[in-house]
Amino acid sequence: MRRNLILCGVGGQGLLSLAAVIGDAAIRSGLRVKQAEVHGMAQRGGAVQSHLRLSDKGLHADLVERGTADLVVSLEPMEALRYVEYLSPRGVVLTARTTVENVSRYPDAAALDGELAAVSAVVIDAVALAKEAGTARCANMVMAGVASPWIGLEEAALEAAIERLFASKGRSVVDVNLSGFRRGAEEGKRLHAATAEAV
Amino acid sequence: MEKRFLLGNEAVALGALDAGVGASYAYPGTPSTEITEFILGSRASQSGKVHCRWTANEKTALEAALGASYAGRRAMATMKHVGLNVASDAFVNAAVAGPNAGLVVVVADDPSMHSSQNEQDSRLYTDLALVPCLEPSDQQEAYDMPRAAFDLSERHGVPVLVRLTTRLAHSRADITPRPATDPACREAASDRRRYVLLPVNARGNYERLVSAQAALEAASETSPFNRLIDGADRRLGIVACGLAVNYVLEAFDGSCPHPLLKISQYPIPSAQVERLLTSCDRVLVVEEGYPYVEGKLRGVPPRATPRILGRQSGEIPRTGELTPQAVRAAVGMPQREAVHVPSTIPVPRPPALCSGCPHADGFRALSEAMAAHGGAGRVFSDIGCYTLGALPPYDAIDTCIDMGASITMARGAADAGLTPAVAVIGDSTFVHSGMTGLLDCVADATPVTVVLLDNSTVAMTGGQPSLATDRLVSICRGLGVDTDHLRTLDLHPTHHAENVRAIAEELSHPGPSVIIGRRECIQTARRRAAHASDKEAS
Repeated sequence: MRRNLILCGVGGQGLLSLAAVIGDAAIRSGLRVKQAEVHGMAQRGGAVQSHLRLSDKGLHADLVERGTADLVVSLEPMEALRYVEYLSPRGVVLTARTTVENVSRYPDAAALDGELAAVSAVVIDAVALAKEAGTARCANMVMAGVASPWIGLEEAALEAAIERLFASKGRSVVDVNLSGFRRGAEEGKRLHAATAEAV
Repeated sequence: MEKRFLLGNEAVALGALDAGVGASYAYPGTPSTEITEFILGSRASQSGKVHCRWTANEKTALEAALGASYAGRRAMATMKHVGLNVASDAFVNAAVAGPNAGLVVVVADDPSMHSSQNEQDSRLYTDLALVPCLEPSDQQEAYDMPRAAFDLSERHGVPVLVRLTTRLAHSRADITPRPATDPACREAASDRRRYVLLPVNARGNYERLVSAQAALEAASETSPFNRLIDGADRRLGIVACGLAVNYVLEAFDGSCPHPLLKISQYPIPSAQVERLLTSCDRVLVVEEGYPYVEGKLRGVPPRATPRILGRQSGEIPRTGELTPQAVRAAVGMPQREAVHVPSTIPVPRPPALCSGCPHADGFRALSEAMAAHGGAGRVFSDIGCYTLGALPPYDAIDTCIDMGASITMARGAADAGLTPAVAVIGDSTFVHSGMTGLLDCVADATPVTVVLLDNSTVAMTGGQPSLATDRLVSICRGLGVDTDHLRTLDLHPTHHAENVRAIAEELSHPGPSVIIGRRECIQTARRRAAHASDKEAS
């Protein structure tokens, strides 16, 4: 088993938490993990990304090579498009639908949709699912759930990682994030089955 | 021991703790900050077993570490690459004197300038200071190396540089810790000939340092961190420094067919290099940063055989951090087929000041006051979140060069007749390197207006405590700033009109003035509020 993931979004969306949950779950599942993160200046509302590599054998590079990503998981649709050149021939783009338009000349909706369709991106209304779970702020955990069938980690391992990550913030924070993850996982399983059929 | 999943920076911190570091000092700076944050969060620091502190700047950090080493405790100073410029006086001269207990300086370089103004390579400082350098290739070595560095420092009587780059500093992997050691505290040093660097003493010390080089090179030859791995295909030999070895191995899916010399301890192990050079037709050097090893191997005039390839020769891009694809191309593996061309849709999304940031109110007021001068004035700024004032919608600053350069550049510009000459500097940057420049202005009655943006934290690196908090007025007074021209403004939109008026008045003052624009960073204010409500709930 070997997975190269690019996780991306906008600073402040909870990308590091998304990376931490997948990384922690993978480690506890006995896999080797390399997880490159962005810290510092880029976190102030700028584009952020994390390269996450999982393997049951050894791993060397901390970065994903262009053309080898199995998955791009994005918390923002324009950010997903920034990394399409990293996709492997069978690579998949999963992205949240809601835009963050904190820049001038943000692409219009038609152009964005066209470009996402060109890479057969799976677009998810993560914010709506997050709100159903209790708060829009858990959209990152919704995307962890959506991505889970593609990543190939046990849901229980990911849920345990969410418990650990948010434990210090209290039970209600843990519960809303778990609930977001589960909503996302349901949606992910449905979409994963649908794309598998399409292939 | 149980495995840990750590950033390279956290691995260095844990490695230092497990090696019995007794004192650790730092000024925050990306990509080095998490080393000190990890130590501060440790039980050893909270119990007082390790004395770990943020300091005014990197020079004070390194000198404090030298003092702790002098007194007999293993000591460490950590900083980003440009911080070593600030600390370089201490760094070079600490090597001449030599530590008592082990002295380790950890520096994180930032190739690709993710959060920096240059991509200088700290290994070059080792040539200046004549000290060894350890450069981890992965998180496990990042954990192992502080211990090796302290041992090396104590065995050879030199400070040791540990060099990281952004990618390793900010990448997580699992590491296996080893049992902690608790080295006994040494007797405080008492040898004045070593520590009083009068020329008469320094000459002898310098001889000692120069003659230690042979032993340091011998240590590199036998270091477990350096390794020549043979390969059958000798048309190419590869030298890979630090984490570069990972990209090489990745390109060959784990088994390199060429002789491969991994270098993670300097001085360069020349006997191992010699074996590689005499057995291969060409030698490729893969390294993060400058073509440091490549240049030495190439020589002057350039060696004809074997040909030396790398960043200088163009096999690998000269600038920017290494990437898997660049190294793959350089070692001659076929490029991956492009499945998708890069999308042209995404526009750049640069970082920005947070919504509600006090700096934004400061810039709005300053720009309005400056507009009255019809573009004649300039705003010299500095390093921190407020450097983002260079970007739209603010377009409010004209320069940002290095820590503290705002006040001193404004001074020089004012001396040359530019008016109004304004400096914009944050509270922590001011205590780091701005105070001395302000004294220059006071001593010469220079007509500069210093806008001191006081958000009471080191915001850009994540909100470390600022040593300036509650001290700015008394510092400025102490430096001799005229109290009639030392004003404090509340940077809140409701005070905009009066703030513009106050800045306008000081812009026309024909001497130095300081305007302290005060409001807490919105991020730290939020965190404090959340923390308070958590406490209430529990």
